[in-house]
Amino acid sequence: MSTEKYVYMDQAATTRISDRALRAMMPCFTEDFGNPSSLHGAGRDAEAAVEQARARIAACFHAEPSEIFFTSGGSEADNWAIRQAAALGAKKGKRHLISSAFEHHAVLHTLEALEKDGFEVTLLPVHENGLVRPEELEAALREDTALVTVMYVNNEVGTVQPVEELGRICREKGVLFHTDTVQAAGHLPIDVKAQNIDMMSLSAHKFHGPKGVGALYVRKGIALGNLIYGGGQERGRRAGTENVPAIAGMAAALEESLEDREAKNARTRAMQRRLMDAILQIPCTRLNGDRDRRVPGNLNFCFEGIEGESLLLYLDLEGICASSGSACTSGSLEPSHVLLALGLPAEVAHGSLRLSFDETNSEADADRVLEKLPGVVERLRSMSPVWKEQHADQQSFGEKRE
Amino acid sequence: MAMTYSEKVRDHFAHPRNVGTIEDADGVGEVGNAVCGDIMKMYLKIDDGIITDAKFNTFGCGAAIATSSMATEMIRGKRIEEAEKLTNKAVVEALDGLPPVKLHCSVLAEEAVRAALEDYRSRNGNRSGT
Repeated sequence: MSTEKYVYMDQAATTRISDRALRAMMPCFTEDFGNPSSLHGAGRDAEAAVEQARARIAACFHAEPSEIFFTSGGSEADNWAIRQAAALGAKKGKRHLISSAFEHHAVLHTLEALEKDGFEVTLLPVHENGLVRPEELEAALREDTALVTVMYVNNEVGTVQPVEELGRICREKGVLFHTDTVQAAGHLPIDVKAQNIDMMSLSAHKFHGPKGVGALYVRKGIALGNLIYGGGQERGRRAGTENVPAIAGMAAALEESLEDREAKNARTRAMQRRLMDAILQIPCTRLNGDRDRRVPGNLNFCFEGIEGESLLLYLDLEGICASSGSACTSGSLEPSHVLLALGLPAEVAHGSLRLSFDETNSEADADRVLEKLPGVVERLRSMSPVWKEQHADQQSFGEKRE
Repeated sequence: MAMTYSEKVRDHFAHPRNVGTIEDADGVGEVGNAVCGDIMKMYLKIDDGIITDAKFNTFGCGAAIATSSMATEMIRGKRIEEAEKLTNKAVVEALDGLPPVKLHCSVLAEEAVRAALEDYRSRNGNRSGT
């Protein structure tokens, strides 16, 4: 894409809708505008669009169409899966839930709410490299564990969890396993059967689909409770007239995203290496999250002595859109819970930068980042009292990994 | 939920005034801490009860940089007694407002000025005592 207006390096926040997805949506507004629940031709056409999209999305994950439920996005899917899996467990007296320390807030805050309702939550450590250890999941499982939920790819540091193994451990113990694949779907191959996934959440706007639509996969045979009561939509589990254009757009975007995925990832991986090698040349800079077990389109750095929000603002002045786990960008005073979970001290976690990119970014985008970033870091450090005091002692912090 | 800064705030973080240090400062104040993500260090040159120069170094967000910049502008050329009355509210008003979650940054600017003036007074007291 590389619109002239910006260098967009925030693809993990959201993406531009693809032309193909947009084209798939348009007829649903204008021609097939009927209500899928209606009996007449207009309704039947709309229903066909929804069911065709469901089948195509299911096929992308080796699932059955009847196992896909449309939602308003990833957060809704996470809330639904976790709350209802907890309710299923509670019926059998199981009130223990397991997750990881650096989940998205859609998961963590849902778990906190459940804790107030009397559930017990264990958060697995993610260690310095941002990875859950399967043996630690095994050790945490109990007789009364109702659900394990671990994200496929972390949204800040991009680390890829050993989902298949985590799923196998849960399957062997008869515990439900949910994974938030918001940062993985469309970017990595996912096979719900081979990877032992019972439930998974996804969101269309992370893979060049429209905003406001996502899905929850629920393996056949799991009697997950309803999310919204009303009409018979989504087999009665999530009532309300379907967002037909968005659903059609999601299916088109997902298929397009997965086409030639290996080639796209190889290209993005090359850009990642190039950016990483050059940015780590900036003194006192560290890469957050495992160097290799991360998605091709994510890089996350800490620059000693500077704060994340000011870094973003200065990059923004240069026309570069990026993101940070900085407290100041999220409106709280706490630094990123993800970076704290990786064991970074708070003062270091304040200075993080996330660059997220994909096949729609050009080499010129990377050039621009490499042209501007070192100067911005330098400028902020020149006005930082923290940097000046620690400057003499550079080696303590910033040595490149490896 | 993106936070929007006023034009004045944007101007002051993009082009901060009075960034730097003063080697022979008459008063230096440092407030905040890195764990919270904000540190301001303020340097003052004071001559005959008048602040003739003010400079700052700040580790912090855009609002922290902008409030530091504005605060130094507001106290330069002022008498100590006037500068002591600088409030965070006045700094915020001069910047045409700050998002609510950023108001603590302006408090830090007020505190940094106070701390530098206190340092000046304590040094001055010591000097007059010898």
